[in-house]
Amino acid sequence: MHLEVNPVPFAGSTASSWKSGGGGGVVSDQFPAGLRVLVVDDDPTCLRILEKMLRNCLYEVTKCSRAEVALKLLRDNKDGFDVVISDVHMPDMDGFKLLEHIGLEMDLPVIMMSADDSKRVVMKGVTHGACDYLIKPVRMEALKNIWQHVIRRKKHEWGDHNEKDVEQSGSVEDGERQQKQLSENDDYSSSANEGSCKNSKKRKNEDEEGGERDEDSSSSKKQRVVWTTELHQQFVTAVNQLGIDKAVPKKILDLMNVQGLTRENVASHLQKYRLYLRRLSGQHHNGIGNSFMGPTDATFGQLTSVNGLDLQSLASSSSQLSPLGRSTNRTPVSVPLNDPRNIFSFESPNIRFVHGQQQQQHNGVNRGNLLHGIPTNMNMPIHPHSSQSNSLLTQMVQPPQQRNQIFNDGVFGQNGIDGFAPAYTSIPQPSSVVDFSRSQRTFSTPVNNNFGIAGLASSNKGMLPQHDIGSEINGFVPTCDVFTDVNQNNNRTDDWGFQSVGPTTFEAPQHLNVQSGGLVNNSNLVPQNIPSDSLSRIRGERLPDVGFQNSLFSDQDDDLLSTYIKQNHQDGSFDNEFGFDGYPLDDLPV
Amino acid sequence: MQRQLATMKQSLFDQGYLDEQFVQLEELQDEVNPNFVEEVVTLYYRDSVRLVQNLEQALEKNPLDFSKLDSYMHQFKGSSSSIGAKKVKIECTQFREYCRTGNGEGCKRTFQQLKKEYATLKKKLEVYFQFARQVGPVEKARRPK
Repeated sequence: MHLEVNPVPFAGSTASSWKSGGGGGVVSDQFPAGLRVLVVDDDPTCLRILEKMLRNCLYEVTKCSRAEVALKLLRDNKDGFDVVISDVHMPDMDGFKLLEHIGLEMDLPVIMMSADDSKRVVMKGVTHGACDYLIKPVRMEALKNIWQHVIRRKKHEWGDHNEKDVEQSGSVEDGERQQKQLSENDDYSSSANEGSCKNSKKRKNEDEEGGERDEDSSSSKKQRVVWTTELHQQFVTAVNQLGIDKAVPKKILDLMNVQGLTRENVASHLQKYRLYLRRLSGQHHNGIGNSFMGPTDATFGQLTSVNGLDLQSLASSSSQLSPLGRSTNRTPVSVPLNDPRNIFSFESPNIRFVHGQQQQQHNGVNRGNLLHGIPTNMNMPIHPHSSQSNSLLTQMVQPPQQRNQIFNDGVFGQNGIDGFAPAYTSIPQPSSVVDFSRSQRTFSTPVNNNFGIAGLASSNKGMLPQHDIGSEINGFVPTCDVFTDVNQNNNRTDDWGFQSVGPTTFEAPQHLNVQSGGLVNNSNLVPQNIPSDSLSRIRGERLPDVGFQNSLFSDQDDDLLSTYIKQNHQDGSFDNEFGFDGYPLDDLPV
Repeated sequence: MQRQLATMKQSLFDQGYLDEQFVQLEELQDEVNPNFVEEVVTLYYRDSVRLVQNLEQALEKNPLDFSKLDSYMHQFKGSSSSIGAKKVKIECTQFREYCRTGNGEGCKRTFQQLKKEYATLKKKLEVYFQFARQVGPVEKARRPK
């Protein structure tokens, strides 16, 4: 499609170009001037030189010689920076680790730099999600173009959907802006990236399709749904009819009666919508930062890029969740709606979410999400919903504020529900017991939580509410209760810390789920859409953590959890019920 | 005077003490930071003292911890290259190569050479900057021929 906006020179000749809708935008009319850069390097000489170079590019520079300080700055000023440049070798924290954290928590573009130009290190940058890698000594020319990474990310955020969608709706300022940007970017290398990004997105979609054993053939393609104004209106009408509390994807879908729309689409859209509402109402700031909603697609495949949704949620929802264990518990600032960067427009995020969720599902991105998703306070409100998977997801999503979204995504992914409906708002946080009945039994006690968690663990720790969903969720209902409690009590992000560390961690167990079939495959619990990768992975991980094995947990310093599990755990029967045969339940803590 | 300054600078380049990076620094110099290059070089020499010390200490250990040596040298190299210290950088690279092959003697030898180059450059730059200050604000850096 052709973007109507005429390319605007970066000098900012056009008032509308790059200007954030609400005036809160970081980018001024003179973009890329004013780009807010955070530079992290332990070498004072390099730092000074970089600072000067960046200043000469008319960027706003903040320099920092320690990674910890940088993270703090980023956390305290969500939305305060556009891009981060970091050295690889630093004494207090490895540059790649910092990169991971930033990607997960804030989802900002990060550029790595080093005097080391060995392929191995550069590759590491790529795999960790760096959007660029500069070799020292850094030249002015290299720095002049870093703005492209910001644009690129935003562009992906808004997604190609914007291109199509915005034109239709015409109401999205951001979209327009995006268009402009996009058109502006046409002439730049970013257009090449766009192509590649699309490809990567496609790839992701394909992966998702493959990964998910979605019963819905139509949804197997995981097409991105473009939430046009009319569609959204229909959605809102349906939701209002049902009542926001009772609005579950399945019902909404039925009410909407739109051809080709899947439950997953609705679920993910619902999730976003809830966030949006939450933001509007000003409650639960933890919500997923709309702000973060944006960027992510671009980095999707990367660890850092947690599906937009997740990251965003994570980021916004709480710094608490940060795997670093620094749960600051700061409620993420709800990004002002009018902040163009942030999701502001419901449409974009929706789109994003869709994408993100999908991604999550399978790239193990969930992992990322999970980790981060685990809010320190996991109050994941889980409401017992009807048995639909969607509902389940929805419920799960509830987790308030914090990253629930992320989790939800994960959960959804697993259950094949695309989006997970993060509990945005009205979701009560009851720790409903998730009923894994689908597969087997219902857990009435929190014990279930354990399982749930275990199972869900893959997706979100604690996000999964337990309820009696029986059918849909296929047993994955992660019970958030346990985690919630645990987390709440302990505010432990540390627990998750290990998990968050890595997507890598999650990868391992993948086969666990699948093969052992404990949670997933066996019995009826088979999570259908579980993102094969992430879910299984997570599951694998979690189960042991949860305490079936108890080993992980203890290692993890999760005394609380272990204790909790012990409390709730009812002998081994618990396991059996769930039919997690695959997992060694021998060591279940009692 | 300015011509003398230019000649001085040119010779530094010709003799391989400085490379293109130095020019980059000069290009950054402007009215806002008229002594930027000097400032950075001073910063470099101040900070690298610590790195040199680390290296010295590490080289006295027995047995040598090559990975640590390499790590220190990596930092030192990064720093040196950012001011355009060409000869110093060359020694750094050589040193790292010896580290890679576990050649302790080679490392020590190279380190001595490195220190020499490091000191020589410092002196030359000190003279240069002194001169530059006398000459006054210089126009934009010109690329060495």
